[in-house]
Amino acid sequence: MTFDKKISRRLALGGIAAGALTTALPMRSAFAAKKVTIGFIYVGPRDDYGYNQAHAEGAAALKKMADVKIIEEEKVPETLAVEKSMESMINLDGASLIFPTSFGYFDPHMLKMAQKYPKVQFRHAAGMWDKAKHPANAGSYFGYIDECQYLSGIVAGHTSKSGKLGFVAAKPIPQVVRNINAFALGARSANPNATVQVVFTGDWSMPVKEAEATNNMIAQGIDVITCHVDSPKVVIETAERGGIMTCGYHANQSKLAPKGYLTGAEWNWSKVYTDFANQLQADKPLPNFVRGGLKDGFVKTSPYGALVGAEARKHADEVKAKMASTGVVIFKGPLKDNKGNEVIAPGKDYDQFDLWLEGMNWLTQGVIGSIS
Amino acid sequence: MASVETAAVPAGAGLGESLRRAAEAASVPLGSLVVAGLVFALFIWAVAGANPLEVYELMYTGGFGSWFSLQNTLQRAAPLILTALCTALPARLGLVIIGGEGALVLGGLAAAAMGLALHAASPLIVQLGMALAGMAVGAIWIALAGWLRQYRGVNETISSLLLTYIAIAILNQLVEGVMRDPASLNKPSTSHIGDANMIGLIPGTDVHWGLVFGVVACVASYVLMSHTTFGFAARMVGGNVRAARMSGLNVGLLTIVVCALGGAAAGLAGMVEVGAVHGRANGSLAIGYGYTGILVAFLARQNPLAIIPVAILLGGINASSGLLQRRLDLPNASVLVLQGIIFVLILAGETFYGRIRLFRRKEA
Repeated sequence: MTFDKKISRRLALGGIAAGALTTALPMRSAFAAKKVTIGFIYVGPRDDYGYNQAHAEGAAALKKMADVKIIEEEKVPETLAVEKSMESMINLDGASLIFPTSFGYFDPHMLKMAQKYPKVQFRHAAGMWDKAKHPANAGSYFGYIDECQYLSGIVAGHTSKSGKLGFVAAKPIPQVVRNINAFALGARSANPNATVQVVFTGDWSMPVKEAEATNNMIAQGIDVITCHVDSPKVVIETAERGGIMTCGYHANQSKLAPKGYLTGAEWNWSKVYTDFANQLQADKPLPNFVRGGLKDGFVKTSPYGALVGAEARKHADEVKAKMASTGVVIFKGPLKDNKGNEVIAPGKDYDQFDLWLEGMNWLTQGVIGSIS
Repeated sequence: MASVETAAVPAGAGLGESLRRAAEAASVPLGSLVVAGLVFALFIWAVAGANPLEVYELMYTGGFGSWFSLQNTLQRAAPLILTALCTALPARLGLVIIGGEGALVLGGLAAAAMGLALHAASPLIVQLGMALAGMAVGAIWIALAGWLRQYRGVNETISSLLLTYIAIAILNQLVEGVMRDPASLNKPSTSHIGDANMIGLIPGTDVHWGLVFGVVACVASYVLMSHTTFGFAARMVGGNVRAARMSGLNVGLLTIVVCALGGAAAGLAGMVEVGAVHGRANGSLAIGYGYTGILVAFLARQNPLAIIPVAILLGGINASSGLLQRRLDLPNASVLVLQGIIFVLILAGETFYGRIRLFRRKEA
C-alpha cells in the first residue's frame, strides 16, 4: 500500500504522524461495499484544461465505482461560500467525504468545517495537515509533480534550438518555485547552458498577462515555454500561434497545440481518489497525510509530441524509469541559486518528501528572474 | 440618473400620491422579476434541458427552504448589502461608482493591519479600531474617485474601476511582501489577528455580525438621504448640478463626502471579511463582492432600503447554485445567466415608470 509506506517514512523522519497506520479488519473490505456520497469542490470551471479539470477527471473516475455517488461544485470562491458548500453537501446530500481541492480552502474554512462535523472526513489537496494542530477527520494529499516538470525540462532542454526556455508562473510561492527549479534542473541536465526565463503574473488566472508574457518570451527568442497557472490554455495556445514549442501542466493540453506540444506534467488524481473511496467503502480509516510521485502513480507525463527527437526520448525515458523504480533525487548538492549563493551543500540530498523542499524560496542557477 | 428620485414627493402631494409612487416603485421591479423568471425558465428548458419547475423548487430549497439554507443566504447577502451602498449612495449625486471592490480590498487590508497593531488591547478596542481603519481607508479610496471627477474632470466610473486594479495590486504587494506571515507559504497572507479578536456570530445563528452592520448602514443611509437637508442637497446635485450651485451648495464637498460614505460602507465589508471570516488579509478578499454589489444597487434602483431584500434575493440565488450543480448537473454559469437576465430586465423596466395608466398621477 503506497499510502502506508509514505506515511511510515514520514514517521521515521519525525515530521508528520498519521492516525491511520493500523488497517483494521482487513478481511471485511473484500465483501462489504458501503454506499457513500463523496463531494468535490473546485475553485474554477471544471473544463479549464488545467488545475480544476485535473481534479474533475479524478472525480469522474469514481463515478464508475459501484455505490459511490459523486457530487460536485465548481467556481466556489475561497471564503464563507466554500464553508457553506461543504455544509450543504453534508446537510442536504449526506456527503461523508469531501475533497475541497483549492489551496485557499484549507485554512480556516475546511479546518472549521472538520471541527464542526467530526463524523465527516475532509481531505484537502496540498494543505499541510499537522497532527498536532488539526482535527483527526481532516487531512491532505498531494503529488510530487516536480518530477514530471524535471522530465519536461529534459525534453525541453534537448529540443530547444536556442537553449532559451520560458516559464509563465502565477505567484512566487514554494509549490510554483519548486516546479520552476525542477524544470530548470531537468533542462540543464540535457543542455548545461540552457536558461529558463521566469515571469510571474501575480495571480492564478490572469489570461491577458499570461498572453503578454508568452508573446514577450517569443520575441526574446525563447522557443519552449511551460507554465504554472490555473489554466495553461492561454499560454499553450499563444505559444502555438507564435510557432514555438510547449510543455503542458496540470492536464493534457496536446489538443490545444497539435504541432508544438512536446510533453507535459499531469496529475493523476483518479489514482488518489480511487484509493480514498475504496478505503471509505471498506470502513477503513483514511490516511491523513498522503504524498506520492511518479512511482506511486500520483502524477504522469503527457505522451511525447512529434517534435521530440530520439535522444530526448531516450534521456527522459531513462530518468522516468529510474523515478518509477528506485527514485531520483532532483534537489541535491552542490547547488547554487541564481544569485550565486550556495543553497544545498555538496553531498546533501533532499528526498522528494523532505519538508524543507515545501518551503522553497530560491531560484536555481540558470533561472532568469526573481521571486521578491 | 434622475429616475432614482423615488423618495422626492413634490410638495403639496397627498397621501394618495405617496401610495401611488410606492406602488409603482414596487410593482415595476417585481414585474421585471417575474418576466426574468419566465425567460430563465425558457432558457433552462431549451438550452440545458432541465425542468424549470424542478430548478425553481431546488433554488427555493437551496436558498430559503430550511433554516440552514436561509442562514446560508443571509451570510452571502451580508457583504453585498455593504458593497451595494458604495454604488447606491454616490448614485444619488448622479455618479456611477463601480469601485466597491477596491474599497473592500483595501478596507480589509487596513483592518488587518490595525488588528495586528492593536492585538494586545481588549477585543472590543481591536474590533472598533479595525472597523474605523477599514471604513477610513475605503472612504479615502472612493473619495479619491469623487475628487478626480470634481476637480480633474475624470470620469468616475472609469477611475473607480481602475482604482480597483490598483487596490488589488497594493494588497498583493503588501501581503506577499512586508506584511506577509512567513508561515503562510503557499497562500501569502498577513498574520492572524487572533481568535479572541474575531467578531463572531449573531447569537443563535450561523450568520456573522456583518449582516447587522449592513442593515444598520442601509437604514442610516436611507434616513440620511431622504430625511435630512444633507440628503436633500445631495439629491439636488444629482438632479441638476447648476441649479444646486446657483442655490449656494458646495457641490465639491458634497460629492467627496457622499463618495466617502459609500467607500466607508465597502471598507466595512472588507473589515467584516477579515474580522469575521478569514482572520487575516489575503487574496481571498478580492472575490467579486464589490462587483456583485453594483448589481444589487442597480436592482434596488439605488434605494438604500431596497438593497436589503435585493441582496437577500441574490444571496439566495447564489446559495442555491451549489444544489443546482449537484442535483441537476447544471454548470455554475446557470445562476449567473439568471442574474444577468434579471439585471437587463430591471433596467429595461425603467422605461415603464410613468407609462402605466394605473399609476399615472390623477389630474385634479
